[in-house]
Amino acid sequence: MAETAPISADFAPWEAPDAKPIIQFKNVTKRFGDFTAIDDLTIDIFPQEFFSLLGPSGCGKTTMMRMLAGFESPTEGTILLDGQDIAPVPPNKRAVNMMFQSYALFPHLSVSDNIAFGLKRDGLSKDKIADRVEEMLKLVQLSQFASRKPHQISGGQRQRVALARSLAKAPKLLLLDEPLGALDKKLRQETQFELMDIQEKTGTTFVIVTHDQEEAMTVSSRVAVMDHGKIIQVATPQQIYEEPNSVYVADFIGDVNIIRGTAKRADGDHVHITFAADHAPLIAATKRDIAEGSEVALAIRPEKIAISTEKPEDRNNAIQGKVLDIAYLGNISTYHVELPGGAVVKAQTANTRRVHRRSFTWDDSVWLSWTDTAGAVLVE
Amino acid sequence: MRRLSWFNTVSLTLGFAFLYIPMIILVIYSFNAGKLVTVWTGFSTKWYGELFQNEAFLNAAWVTLKVAVISSTFATVLGTMAAYVMVRGGRFYGRTLFSGMIYAPLVMPEVITGLSLLLLFIAIGLDRGTLTIVLAHTTFSMCYVSVVVSSRLVTFDRSLEEAALDLGCTPFDAFKSVTLPIIAPAVISGWLLAFTLSLDDLVIASFTSGPSSTTLPIKIFSAVRLGVSPEINALSSIMIGIVAFGVITTSLMSKRAITRRQAEENKAVQ
Ligand SMILES: Nc1ncnc2c1ncn2[C@@H]1O[C@H](COP(=O)(O)OP(=O)(O)OP(=O)(O)O)[C@@H](O)[C@H]1O
Ligand SMILES: [Mg+2]
Repeated sequence: MAETAPISADFAPWEAPDAKPIIQFKNVTKRFGDFTAIDDLTIDIFPQEFFSLLGPSGCGKTTMMRMLAGFESPTEGTILLDGQDIAPVPPNKRAVNMMFQSYALFPHLSVSDNIAFGLKRDGLSKDKIADRVEEMLKLVQLSQFASRKPHQISGGQRQRVALARSLAKAPKLLLLDEPLGALDKKLRQETQFELMDIQEKTGTTFVIVTHDQEEAMTVSSRVAVMDHGKIIQVATPQQIYEEPNSVYVADFIGDVNIIRGTAKRADGDHVHITFAADHAPLIAATKRDIAEGSEVALAIRPEKIAISTEKPEDRNNAIQGKVLDIAYLGNISTYHVELPGGAVVKAQTANTRRVHRRSFTWDDSVWLSWTDTAGAVLVE
Repeated sequence: MRRLSWFNTVSLTLGFAFLYIPMIILVIYSFNAGKLVTVWTGFSTKWYGELFQNEAFLNAAWVTLKVAVISSTFATVLGTMAAYVMVRGGRFYGRTLFSGMIYAPLVMPEVITGLSLLLLFIAIGLDRGTLTIVLAHTTFSMCYVSVVVSSRLVTFDRSLEEAALDLGCTPFDAFKSVTLPIIAPAVISGWLLAFTLSLDDLVIASFTSGPSSTTLPIKIFSAVRLGVSPEINALSSIMIGIVAFGVITTSLMSKRAITRRQAEENKAVQ
């Protein structure tokens, strides 16, 4: 296998017309009784991807994984693994390992026997198994707990055992259902980098569920944002953040200001958005084809909005407002500014100076400004 | 712990006296020196000694033990399998009917079970003997085993089996190396229950035993008709001891082990 850095800038098999996907969902629907958990879902996932599923609780992330692992079968549609329909393949014959959201550790086995469980099924020699278990224990920093039973270790440690157990067999495809949720921030970041490292070394394809957006942003080659059994958008973390395709996605990932208004075409790829009767329209660049007079939403991240006492001359959009609230978050501060119409917009600035030296405070009149490319124009 | 009110104390005492005084009397009189069962003449263990000289009793005891061990083992295997299918098999066609039918023998009068088995054995031309008692006992005690085991399986976390499959186990392998070790306490209490049931069964055994294979309860019952002897008291005391041991171990095991396992399991799945 050629040495490739999977999540390098030019890793984008989903854009290559001849790339072969490792997983293909084709119009997959899964119903439990008359409840639709997965709704006509079609998606390709490519080898060596680090694919994240993001979405609110109950949107069908675990169900997708369970179908890949073989514990649920689609009500309609097909799932292909390496071009083969996996419907007739039982879970124990799939080159897939899953880390369960509930960990599912074997309570009667020690930590190391839990990790060795899958290796023993592969008929490896005792020495090889012992070496591999050792390696895994070291990886998740649990070497000194090897002989404990699952009920004798902490929640975060159990999560790491579950992770180690699923990694041990080095499968072609790894499904991790919230693998790092119970870990503290430092350990989580370390483990994230370990995972990326493993991914880089072995070329394993990862599909991971996470509730942590930052995690999804850091590790993923692509992120799928789901809602009610549908994928709303699949894109690279950067695209998801900068060019969300809907208010739902913009709102789900990170902090965002949504300003609603009516669009009017302007020159080139610009639109004018009228959001208040007594205010000049906002100017925004967009590549989308926006119909004249349609209702649109302008999504702007707080950190893209500048805040100043004087009206800036070099930016296309400037609105005056009143500081309603200031949230100090250490490295940054978020200003909640009330616009003339009553809408509240958040603007973020880095705290490069000490707090007592900042130039505006509660009830000050300030100018918010942003460029025409700062926001995304979304049609609902 | 709360202290009981006088009313509850009295009810409890009466209830337990009602239950246990006959047995206590029996055990006391088994240590009587005299031959008359109702007149206390002094302490002695000679009837226990005589009992162990009595060929017929020893033979019956041996048959009983053999039947109990074999039938409870079969019943445990079959009962566990039945419980597994009932709890794990999903909603297959006729599931409700089957699970109802498994429990029916629990409430069936023993006379009827015994009689129907007798008719079956005659119909297929099976000579009555140890084998037929074993078959009969397996039949009626397997439903007890399946009740005990399925109540454990209901609370068993399915994802453990899925994890085993995911890691490359065949379904049978997953059952053997994950499910069985975890439900073992329930399976063992099921076995002990079946063992005790077989040990003290009179009705079904009397339908299905042959002349060559008399079980202890049958032997005692027929001996008593000729008059109660202190020897029988001694024998009964031993049986009470064995059964009590079985019952106490069963309940202790299922209580302790199952609660502990569940706690572990709950923790393991968080
Ligand atoms: N076996 C089942 N029977 C009935 N409904 C189910 C079953 N499994 C899942 N569901 C339903 O399907 C939906 C999707 O469940 P799923 O477990 O995939 O959610 P999820 O996205 O993983 O959520 P979370 O983030 O909370 O883990 C939920 O509404 C759930 O109630
Ligand atoms: Mg889930």
